[in-house]
Amino acid sequence: MLQYVARRLLLLIPVVIGILLVTFLMKALIPTDAVTAIYSGTLSEKDAAEAIATLRAKYHLDLPWYQQFYIYVRDLMSGDFGESIRLRKPVMDELGYRYVNTIILTLAALAIALVVGLTTGILAAVKRNSWLDVTATTIGLFGISMPAFFFGLLLILVFAVWLRWLPVVPRGTMALLLPAVALGLIEAAPISQVARTSMIDVLGRDYIQAARARGASEFALVVRHALPNALIVVLTLVGLQIGNLLGGAFIIEAIFGWHGIGELAVNAIEWRDFTLTQAIILISAATYLVVNLVADILYAWLDPRVELNS
Amino acid sequence: MMAMQQIETPQTGSPKNVQPLLRITGLTTEFRLEGGRRLQAVQDVDLDIGAGEILGLVGESGSGKSVFAQSILRLVQPPGQVVAGAIAFEGRSVMDMSARELSRWRGRDVGMIFQQPQSCLNPVRRIGWQVAEPLLLQEKLSRKAAWAGAVDLLRAVGIPAPEEKVLAYPHQLSGGQAQRVMIAIALALKPKLLIADEPTTALDVTIQAQILELLRESCRMLGTSLLLVTHDLGVVARLADRVAVMYAGRIVEEGPVETMLTAPAHPYTQGLIGAAPQLGQARGVRLKDIPGTIPDLSRLGAGCAFAPRCDARAGQNLESCTLSQPLPVSIRPRHRALCFAAKASSAVSPCEISP
Amino acid sequence: MSVILLDEPLVPTPPRWRRFVARLLRNPSVVVGGTILILLILLALFAPWVAPYDPFKVNPVQRLKPPSWLHLMGTDEVGRDLFSRLIFGSRYFLLICIVTASISASIGTLLGLIAGAGSVVTESIIMRLIDVMLAFPYILMVLVIVAILGPSLWTGMISIGIAGIPGYARLVRSAVLTVKREDYVVSARALGASEADILFRTILPNVLSPLIVYLAFSMPLAALVTSSLSFIGLGTQPPAPEWGAMLVNSRTYLFSAWWAVTGPGMALFISIFGLNILGNGLRDVLDPRSAA
Repeated sequence: MLQYVARRLLLLIPVVIGILLVTFLMKALIPTDAVTAIYSGTLSEKDAAEAIATLRAKYHLDLPWYQQFYIYVRDLMSGDFGESIRLRKPVMDELGYRYVNTIILTLAALAIALVVGLTTGILAAVKRNSWLDVTATTIGLFGISMPAFFFGLLLILVFAVWLRWLPVVPRGTMALLLPAVALGLIEAAPISQVARTSMIDVLGRDYIQAARARGASEFALVVRHALPNALIVVLTLVGLQIGNLLGGAFIIEAIFGWHGIGELAVNAIEWRDFTLTQAIILISAATYLVVNLVADILYAWLDPRVELNS
Repeated sequence: MMAMQQIETPQTGSPKNVQPLLRITGLTTEFRLEGGRRLQAVQDVDLDIGAGEILGLVGESGSGKSVFAQSILRLVQPPGQVVAGAIAFEGRSVMDMSARELSRWRGRDVGMIFQQPQSCLNPVRRIGWQVAEPLLLQEKLSRKAAWAGAVDLLRAVGIPAPEEKVLAYPHQLSGGQAQRVMIAIALALKPKLLIADEPTTALDVTIQAQILELLRESCRMLGTSLLLVTHDLGVVARLADRVAVMYAGRIVEEGPVETMLTAPAHPYTQGLIGAAPQLGQARGVRLKDIPGTIPDLSRLGAGCAFAPRCDARAGQNLESCTLSQPLPVSIRPRHRALCFAAKASSAVSPCEISP
Repeated sequence: MSVILLDEPLVPTPPRWRRFVARLLRNPSVVVGGTILILLILLALFAPWVAPYDPFKVNPVQRLKPPSWLHLMGTDEVGRDLFSRLIFGSRYFLLICIVTASISASIGTLLGLIAGAGSVVTESIIMRLIDVMLAFPYILMVLVIVAILGPSLWTGMISIGIAGIPGYARLVRSAVLTVKREDYVVSARALGASEADILFRTILPNVLSPLIVYLAFSMPLAALVTSSLSFIGLGTQPPAPEWGAMLVNSRTYLFSAWWAVTGPGMALFISIFGLNILGNGLRDVLDPRSAA
C-alpha cells in the first residue's frame, strides 16, 4: 500500500511542476502587469518610471523568468503567497476563511449529489425500463443541460419569492441550503447516470445469478452483492466530480453571496489582481489534485483486483 | 446382451411407484426477441430426478440445456420466461412459490454450480464471506460460527490451507480452486439436489477429473441428487446413472447410462456417440460427424427439429418427420425416445427381447 | 442488356447517405434535438425580420413590464423588448458553439493525431502538456486563460476553446492508437503511402464517428460554460443580448420581474437540452455499442 502511494506521489511531481509553471506564467504573460496598471496616469512620467522601477524590483519583475520562478516557488514553500495589490494585505489572510467556506459548500453539495444520484441511479437500474427509470433518465438529461446559475436563480424565485418557505436573505445553515442544493442536484445527474449504468452491468454478471441461485433475496442481491461493485465504479467518478463542484462553486457563490474563493476569484480577475488570482487558482488546483489522489488510493484500497505492489 | 440387461437394473434410482425428488412436466421457456419474435429455448420437457441419483443432461451448445437448468430454479431472467409446465420438488410446486419461499428453497434444498467458476464469485468479496453467506443468512449462525463453518467447508472440498484461503479474493484462486469453492458454497447446507451446469468445461483437463470425482463423492456422501449438464459424453459415461439428451430445446432420448451409450435409439444420440471416440464400446466402427448445425430455435418448423440433419429420415424417407412432432416412444423400460424412426431402429436391436 | 438488368435488384437501394439520414430520422432524440437546433439556426438567420423590436432600443416608459401582447415576454430594466433580445441571443449562442468547438476540435484533433502517430518524444511532450491542463478543473482552466486574456466575449470563447483541447486530443490519440494497428492502415503503409497521407486520408476518416459524438456533447457544455462566464461578468458584456449576460442585470429584479430571469434562462436551457439530446441520438446511431 505504502509503495503504491509513494509511486502515485512520484508520478505527481511533473504535474505539480506544470501547475506551478502555469500559475507562474499567468502573471508573466499578462501584457500590462499590475504595477504599471496602478500608476498609469496618476503620476508624472518621470516619477511614475521611478516608482515603477522600485516596485518592479520589489516584486522581482526585473529578474529573468527562471529566477522569478525560483523565487515564486521558494516563497510558496515558506507559505508566502504574496500580497494582494487591491486588498493591500497578504493573500493568505483573505484566502483562509474563504477556502473553508468553499470546501463546506463543495462537501455539502457532494453529499446531496451522492445521496440523490446514487438513489435514483440504483433504483432506475433495479426497476429498469419502468416509469421510474424513464423519469430518472429524463431528469438526468435536464440536469446536464441546466446552467447552475439559472437553476440557482430558479430556486430562489420559487422557494424565497413565490412560496416564501425560505428567507430572502438567509443566515447560517439556511444560507448554505440553496447553493448546496443547486450545485448538488445538478451534479447528481452524472452520478445517477454512472450509477445506473454500472449497476445494470453488475446486476447482469454471473456472480449475481450465482448468488440468486443460492437463495439471496432480490434486496440482498442489490445491497449485499451488487452495490459494493457498483460503488467502486462510482468512486472513480467522484474525484472528477469534485473538480466540477469546485468549478461550479465559482459560479454559484456569486449568485448566493456565499463568501468563498470562487466569489473572490471573480472579483480578483475583474480587478486584475493577479497575485490573488494566482493564489486562488493554485490552491484550487492543489485541492483537486489531492482529492483525485485520495480517490485513486481509496479505489486501489477498495478494489481487491488492483494489485498494489506490482 | 444378457449382461446389458443385468446392468440395467437400477443402482440408485428410486423405485417406480415412489414419487421422485424432482418431477418436471411440460416445461417450456421462451425468450422474446427484438421485433416480437419468440424463441422457445426449452420446449415441453418432461424429466424426473430420483433421490440420490446422478442424471447426465447432454447436448451441443445452443441446445437449451443451460436454460433448462436455470428454468428449474426459476432463474431465467427477462427477456426469458418460463411460459408453461410444472416443477414439483418433493411434491411442492416450485412455480407457485412466493419470492420468500423460493429464495428459502434455493438456499436450502437445491444448489447450483456454473461453467465459469471465477466469474461466479463476487470479485470484491473475500472467499470466506461468500462461503459463509448461506450459513449466515439461511442457518442464522453467528458471524464467528459461520466463518468457522466456511473454513471447514473449504477443507472438505480439498482447498489447501483453508484458514488462509478464506481471506483471499476470487482473482487469487485458480479455476479449479474457484470451482471447489463454488461446490463448497452449493453444498454448504446439504441440499437434496445439486445442479451442475458444465462444471468442468472451463477447467484444465487434469483438473476436470478431480472436480468430477469431488462432485460424485460429495453427492454420494450427502445423499444429494445431481443433475449434471454437459456436452461431454465422457463425463456422463463416468458419473451418471441415467442420461437425457437434449436437442433444440427438447429431450429427444432418455434412459439408463448403459443402454443409452451402447444401444441408443435416437439417430441424434447415435450420431453423438459416433462422434465421441473414447467411449470405446463400438471400436472399429467408423467415426462419423453429424452433418449440419443446430437449427435456429426461433425459426423451427412443425416437424422434428433434427429432421434436416437426420440420416435415418433420409434413409427411410419418413414423411411425417417434417410434418409433425414425434411422440415419446418407449424403447424398453425407463428408456424412451422422441423419434418416428426409433421403434424401427430398436426393432432390429437385440435389446428388444427384454421383457 | 436484358441479362445485366436481370441481375440488378428490382428496387434500387438508395445511396448510403440517404439510408443514413433515414436512420437518423427514425431516432426520436435526433428528431427533437435536430428540430430545436434548426429552429435556433432559422431564428439566428432571420432575427431582424422575426424580432418585433430593436433589441437595443431603450424605452424607460415601458421598463419591467410583464408579458403582454405588446411585449410577448415582457421588458427588462431599461424597457428593452425581451422577446426580441432572446431572438437575437440565438446568434450569440450559435456563434459560441461554433467558435469554441472549432478551436477545441481543430487543435485537439491535430494534437491527438500527432501524439498518436508521431514519435515517442513528441507524444510524451504533448501528453504531459495535456496532463497539466487536465490537472485543473475545467472551469478553473477557463478562468486561468480568461485571467490572462482579460474578460470579453471573444476571450471567453477562446478560453473555453482552449480548455476543451485536452478532451479532443485524448480521444483522437486513443482512437488513432487503435486504428493504427488495423490491417487497412498497415496495408496502406505497405503500398507506399506517406505518413501524412496515412494520417489524414486513412486514419482521420476512421476516427470521425467518435469525434462527431464527442463534438455533439462538448458543444452544449461549452455553451453552458460561456454563458456562465458572461453571468459572472467575465464573458460577454452587457448590453449585448447574450442570454447569460442578460441575466447579470435582471437577477437584481428577481423579486419584481421574474420574467426577465426565466426568459433568458429557459432559452439557454432549451437550447442546451436540444444539443444534448441530439448528441444522445447521434451516439445511438453512430456508435450503437456504447449505448447502455
